[in-house]
Amino acid sequence: MADLDGTFIEVEVTSDAASDVELARKLEEVCPVDIFAATDSGVEIVRGNLDECVLCELCLDAAPDGAVVVRKLYDGTELKR
Amino acid sequence: MRFYEFESRRLVERAGIPVTKYGFAKTADEARAAAAEIGGPVVVKSQVLTGGRMKAGGVKFADTPGEAAEHAEAILGLEINGHMPVGVLVDPKAEVEQEYYAAVLWDGRAKRPMMLFSDMGGIDIEQVAEEHPDHVGRGHISNLHPIADFRAKETVARCGMTGSELGRATRVLAGLARLQRDYDMTLAEINPVARLADGSFVALDAHMEMEDEAVGRHRKVLESIGVDLSEPREDYEPSEFERNVKAIDSADHRGVIQGKDHGFHGNLGLVIGAGGGSLTLTDAVRSQGGKPANYAEIGGNPSVAKSKGLAMEVLKKDGVEKIAVMMSIVSNTRVDIVARGVIKACLELGKDPAETIAIFRIPGAWEEEGYKILDKYGVEYADRTTSMWDAAGTAVAKIQGGAQ
Repeated sequence: MADLDGTFIEVEVTSDAASDVELARKLEEVCPVDIFAATDSGVEIVRGNLDECVLCELCLDAAPDGAVVVRKLYDGTELKR
Repeated sequence: MRFYEFESRRLVERAGIPVTKYGFAKTADEARAAAAEIGGPVVVKSQVLTGGRMKAGGVKFADTPGEAAEHAEAILGLEINGHMPVGVLVDPKAEVEQEYYAAVLWDGRAKRPMMLFSDMGGIDIEQVAEEHPDHVGRGHISNLHPIADFRAKETVARCGMTGSELGRATRVLAGLARLQRDYDMTLAEINPVARLADGSFVALDAHMEMEDEAVGRHRKVLESIGVDLSEPREDYEPSEFERNVKAIDSADHRGVIQGKDHGFHGNLGLVIGAGGGSLTLTDAVRSQGGKPANYAEIGGNPSVAKSKGLAMEVLKKDGVEKIAVMMSIVSNTRVDIVARGVIKACLELGKDPAETIAIFRIPGAWEEEGYKILDKYGVEYADRTTSMWDAAGTAVAKIQGGAQ
């Protein structure tokens, strides 16, 4: 089987935000489809869940402006603050 | 949910409908004891959830308890249509003067229960209805109001019965109607109801089917009559497709998927659902000359993984060339999520979504977002201005090599 994680959605977190442990905890808490996992060193993207993104924008609300970008691969548009 | 005859008998008995003295036995010794308790000639009947018992040797008559035990021994080891019996029913060989038919079933068109009664029982009621329509009485009853005996009386009288027979048969049919309502039966049937030499009416054989969704509500009653709720009661062994779809559904709480392929041998896979949409769309595909490979239900906002899982299982079925992804317009299921799922299924199986998905017709929430996804992969889609009938026609035409 092809590796097709993130066929439709890509999520990026800036390097500063990715190492913010407190932000990682918030992102893990707000995402309804478990795209973010909080670790001791910050946040990790759970790639197997990327295509489950429901475009709710809760991660954008939880993070500082520009820290998280949700990219829709099927039309090239982005969701960001 | 279907019931064994002995369980149906216990339900009938609980409803106050007279039955003959009977026994349920799991061993030859228990059958011997039951026959001795009954006294006189008995009939020993295999308890299996399938028809054709008599022809298969699963019903035998015995004049003595010893003979009943011998027959029980043989019947308990006899497989009928792939089913092993859970026991035997030991029944007296009743001296019957006349046999009748009584049933209460759910009439989907009228959206209310319908009572049926015939003075020609013991045989196939469809055959009686066709050859002797004046011997079948029908009558609907309310879902909301208490069941009045006179409704049952009218139904019985329609097949010409009068006098004390009418009164006795009315009590059986009215009791059966209450049983059907109280226990949420989709079918409650007694065939035959027998008039014995003393003029009394008794239920000799009963067939009950309970609405699956109601089983939890009747758990106590079911346990009290000996129903093993852990036992599967399907008409047939679930296929690999059905087991896989069920496992995918159970593993993820988001949304609902179901899949059935028993009796389906077509080349058009169906990923369909929404408020009666599955039945309508399956009919529409057949009516348009198509051959569905399966029946399915998808709805309640499934995850992408669950949508993908159903589509992959459908696509992996032998003989499936294309899939049609269709829903009724009453769905709140997100169009974009299902679109992602079915496209991902195609890609993971190395198939071109544009070639594989014959039509995508899911009107509903986030449909504009869904259409962007479908555009990207070149999948033909339709919105609510295209009827389910026409969408099915498009899918059938594509798989038959017609209009693209």
